Amino acid sequence: MAAINLRHHRLRLCSEHLVAWTPKQVARAIVKYRMFAPTDRVLVAVSGGKDSLTLWDVLLHLGYQADGVYINLGIGPAGGYSDLSQAKVEAFAAAHPEARLTVVDLARQYGATVPELVKERRGRHPCSVCGLVKRHIMNRLARESGYAAIATGHNLDDEVAVLFQNTLRWNISYMARQGPVLPEGPGFARKVKPLIRIRERESAAYALVRGIDYIYDECPHAEGAATLFYKEIINQLEARSPGMKESFYLSFLEQRARYDLFRQERQELAMHPCERCGQPTTAPSICAFCRLWLSSAERRRLRDIGQEFP
Amino acid sequence: MKLIYRDKTWELRGGMTVRDAIIKVGLDPEAVLALRAGVLINEETILGDDDEIKLVGVVSGG
Repeated sequence: MAAINLRHHRLRLCSEHLVAWTPKQVARAIVKYRMFAPTDRVLVAVSGGKDSLTLWDVLLHLGYQADGVYINLGIGPAGGYSDLSQAKVEAFAAAHPEARLTVVDLARQYGATVPELVKERRGRHPCSVCGLVKRHIMNRLARESGYAAIATGHNLDDEVAVLFQNTLRWNISYMARQGPVLPEGPGFARKVKPLIRIRERESAAYALVRGIDYIYDECPHAEGAATLFYKEIINQLEARSPGMKESFYLSFLEQRARYDLFRQERQELAMHPCERCGQPTTAPSICAFCRLWLSSAERRRLRDIGQEFP
Repeated sequence: MKLIYRDKTWELRGGMTVRDAIIKVGLDPEAVLALRAGVLINEETILGDDDEIKLVGVVSGG
């Protein structure tokens, strides 16, 4: 009996065939976009959600040497969102002894959680602090441990929503770089999105059928995110014309390549090593990640002696 | 038949498909998956009066 209908593919799959079909789609994307080679070591950015755990599971199933990294951002109370997510990731890793899991605890290793950093920097959105922290830590780990690529669980729906948003705003610099692969550069690890052909519905179905215990809850900071609104609209468009998601996103990639669009915007920015951590930055002396922690430490020092941060 | 999604529960009459039940309670069929006794069921499955269906959201904001 069919477990899921994939209207856009005109397919109805039972659980067994869904478990066989999903890795095939991922393997096709890895080969088509030349993400990494069969012998490469890959670092999977895992959050405890359906997409990243599905990705990790599929890569291991395909025989890749895929290790995981989980960053505990300290979101929610003790035992709340971050701790629950970590527990799910650790349970998955324990069931896959062939893979290694690195856990980075932001509060313990760097001195503050994301909500604490956001509180210090009033006006800054949690997602921007979170993104900065995750990008830095993952890049550092991938480079220091010699991984060929960082694999993230971005799926087709995520990419379509971002492209939709960037197109509405004509955000050319983002449109120039958006894609299944962000090539490595001086000081930057390669980033890949192997779930690019998978919809989030399919990713969740795969996780459920495979018995992967993932966190159902959404990050509390994602509530009201613009992405959710765009996804709702896109799902309405898709209901009227099945296959619209693939057509919008994949045609964009094809046309951009065919006509060499946004060439100017793709040019590399001048980078140099951060004076503090050595990771590449466009900033004159220290990178945004180091600035974040230096100002956080300074704020705490001033607060302890009863003064305000200027 | 019982439809459960997060902290909400709806009581509906059997005889309709999963998809129709999801639409009836005002949810988007693209945004949820349906489980019966922990087993994934497709949207064309016709539900019985005694079924208890748990819906799982699939849309992430990240």
